Amino acid sequence: MPIQVLMPALSPTMEKGNLAKWVKGVGDRIRSGDVIAEIETDKATMEVEATDEGTLGKILVPEGTADVAVNTPIAVILSDGEDAKALNGPLAAAVPPKAEDAVPPPPPSPGSTGVSPASSSFIAIRAGEAPALPEQAKPGVAATLAKVVEAFATPRQPVATPETEVPADAEMVTMTVREALRDAMAEEMRRDPDVFVIGEEVAEYQGAYKVTQGLLQEFGPTRVIDTPITEHGFAGLGVGTAMAGLKPIVEFMTFNFAMQAMDQIINSAAKTLYMSGGQMACSIVFRGPNGPAARVAAQHSQDYSAWYSHVPGLTVIAPFTAADAKGLLKSAVRYPNPVVFLENEILYGHSFPVPKHEDFLVPIGKARIARAGEHVTIVAWSMGMTYALKAAEELEKENISVEIIDLRTLRPMDTETIIRSVEKTGRCVVVEEGWQQSGVGAEISARLMEQAFDYLDAPVARVSGKDVPMPYAANLEKLALPSVAEVVTAVKAVCYR
Amino acid sequence: MSDQPTAGEELPVIARFEVRRRAYLAPDGTVARSLPQFAADTRVLVSLYRAMVLTRAFDLKAVSLQRTGRLGTYAPALGQEAVAVGVASAMLPEDVLLPSYRDNGALLWRGVKMEEILLFWGGDERGNDSSGPAHDFPPCIPVGSQAPHAAGVAYAFKLRREPRVAVCLFGDGATSKGDLWEAMNFAGVWQLPVVFIANNNQWAISVPLRLQTASATLAQKAIAAGFSGEQVDGNDVIAVRAAAERAVTAARSGKGPFFIEAVTYRLGDHTTADDAARYRPPEEVQAHWKEEPFARLRSYLVSQKAWGKSQEEELAGECQERVEAAVDRYLATGPRAPETMFDHLYAELPKAYRGQRDELQGTPRA
Repeated sequence: MPIQVLMPALSPTMEKGNLAKWVKGVGDRIRSGDVIAEIETDKATMEVEATDEGTLGKILVPEGTADVAVNTPIAVILSDGEDAKALNGPLAAAVPPKAEDAVPPPPPSPGSTGVSPASSSFIAIRAGEAPALPEQAKPGVAATLAKVVEAFATPRQPVATPETEVPADAEMVTMTVREALRDAMAEEMRRDPDVFVIGEEVAEYQGAYKVTQGLLQEFGPTRVIDTPITEHGFAGLGVGTAMAGLKPIVEFMTFNFAMQAMDQIINSAAKTLYMSGGQMACSIVFRGPNGPAARVAAQHSQDYSAWYSHVPGLTVIAPFTAADAKGLLKSAVRYPNPVVFLENEILYGHSFPVPKHEDFLVPIGKARIARAGEHVTIVAWSMGMTYALKAAEELEKENISVEIIDLRTLRPMDTETIIRSVEKTGRCVVVEEGWQQSGVGAEISARLMEQAFDYLDAPVARVSGKDVPMPYAANLEKLALPSVAEVVTAVKAVCYR
Repeated sequence: MSDQPTAGEELPVIARFEVRRRAYLAPDGTVARSLPQFAADTRVLVSLYRAMVLTRAFDLKAVSLQRTGRLGTYAPALGQEAVAVGVASAMLPEDVLLPSYRDNGALLWRGVKMEEILLFWGGDERGNDSSGPAHDFPPCIPVGSQAPHAAGVAYAFKLRREPRVAVCLFGDGATSKGDLWEAMNFAGVWQLPVVFIANNNQWAISVPLRLQTASATLAQKAIAAGFSGEQVDGNDVIAVRAAAERAVTAARSGKGPFFIEAVTYRLGDHTTADDAARYRPPEEVQAHWKEEPFARLRSYLVSQKAWGKSQEEELAGECQERVEAAVDRYLATGPRAPETMFDHLYAELPKAYRGQRDELQGTPRA
């Protein structure tokens, strides 16, 4: 039976990629291990190797095709003895499932890069090039090198247009959150020679998640600085530079590793202005991906929103849209206080409209009404917004009108905007990926009880991560995280429907 | 298989390192080694001596203030005055000092007022907004966390191409912390203008040096980070200053970091909350009193006819007067207004916190 070759995923979070080149042609003999095609994402090129013997019977996706969804059949291999007529018969691989109900890929092998094997092909990982985190071909290295990174696709659902800060006549450009963050840093570095970026793999490698793409080339190695592997060390060094008057942007490869640096973030960055009687300021941004990622297990998949938002002296930002990512990061760099800027790996590849303006700033400490509604308020931020927006669409069909507040800044919290909304709707659901106890949702619930009790027609409901370390198993991971269904259920509950 | 190589089969040596020790004045004040250039001018040595005496007078008063309930927990520097004074005297005003909590001798040399130091140790952060250079760091209370800051300050100098040096002081206990190692690693890799100075007073509260590290010296810890270290007699202020001057000058001219281990002895308690007699034999302390830093320098100055009994008495009186006047100013400082609790939490207090601050307004101060 002919075998379908499916578009492989480089990582659990990749949704689409480009078919760069067919290395084999129709009629070519294929042995297991032969490279048959090259696939590109926005960050890397990889080779697709055949795992089955046979003849390349048909190419379904021509080379040069962009945005081929993962699991799309790209070619058919005929087994020995089969001829082209077999192509009209049944195919070995099932039609790929839709993205929404796709079976999560099996876990990557230890030390591998999180590759999900497709039916008859896999991504070649060369010996010695199997890092624990995404990697990309370095400049000058042949683009065909099989370096594996995760790629990201466009958003899965429409997104509300950013409001207020954007001038009505602003020209909008579509860009990913990743590009928006990069542009924010580049613009601020052009504007102020004291701004610099420091962290692991931020320079030569362009960022473990490619957020610092191109910065080394533009600003050179004294302002885009690769460090030894020491989160605590470079966070502390960054704090020292800030106290000496520079404006560092400290990138953590992920916030999971920032636990090493907690002492410097809290005891030094957040407290020195206070303890020095106002003599020594610390204008610094700690940024990087936060929150659960896909299939990276308990130590690499957790939400620190509540951790940092607990600390006075810190300012904690967690944007959802690319426009907010850009405008808030620029504001954070200019802010005279230490800022913890929580990004999200899964959102990096999502695209949003962003105002085309060099001086586009979003105010710190101000929430955004992402969607206006009448019956219930959902408060969310960062990745939580994806659940909220999808749930609102579903609920709309049942005539429940949802107002969504994108919190954007967690400390100081824009309580006023939340209360104003709840005064109108009388009901509130908070969505967060973090744990429920002492969570941001708990704080919002308490504030509503204290300050808007008379307006509440139902207790505030919290949809959050389960009280467990993130399970590695795909089915359990899905259950440990909030879901759209849970948000829908919670909204209906507070609406008594 | 034997670990013993047979003749001619030894593995080749690929690196050798050495650590040197610097000392000029013996405890009796005799000159053990020809003095550095600055010491030719006895006025310089007198200024160092005066600074050490003032530091001790201040220290003793601070401890008595704590004993009478007028100061918080305080870390005296008894016997270690030569370290802080010697190091500070080798710095330029534009250099940045990153002190620990036992370096008041350096703070005073840099222009911090005694009443400001008392204010901070009396529990008022206003004391840290001091008259010393605004770029100097406040004393670091956590052990060793100023070391990465020092590397950062030095990086800022390097980025801005400023001929300035970061000078970081810490105790022997801090050398066991990752903070220091991480900072030294950065300094070595990037050849930063920073000087690390360990005040090796041989006790970290109750833990003696031999339980802190198995290293023969602390100075050798620099070697693994790719730069040099030197051990100095930390009771010999001439040796401390000479080593610091050499290191600071080299760092300023782009020759990278340096590590100084100043070996001294903690003659007093760790802090006023500690009673070292419970874990330290009195004979050991007595023996170290014979090596403390004042007597040897005084003997040398007397031998050079640069110091005498009348100057000594005059200095004692002057120090007492200055300390008493500072104490008066400290004690006359009123408590802060309650709402100032929110001062300097942020550069400008965000609206979200103003309610909490305003609630404190009108609350009695004490």
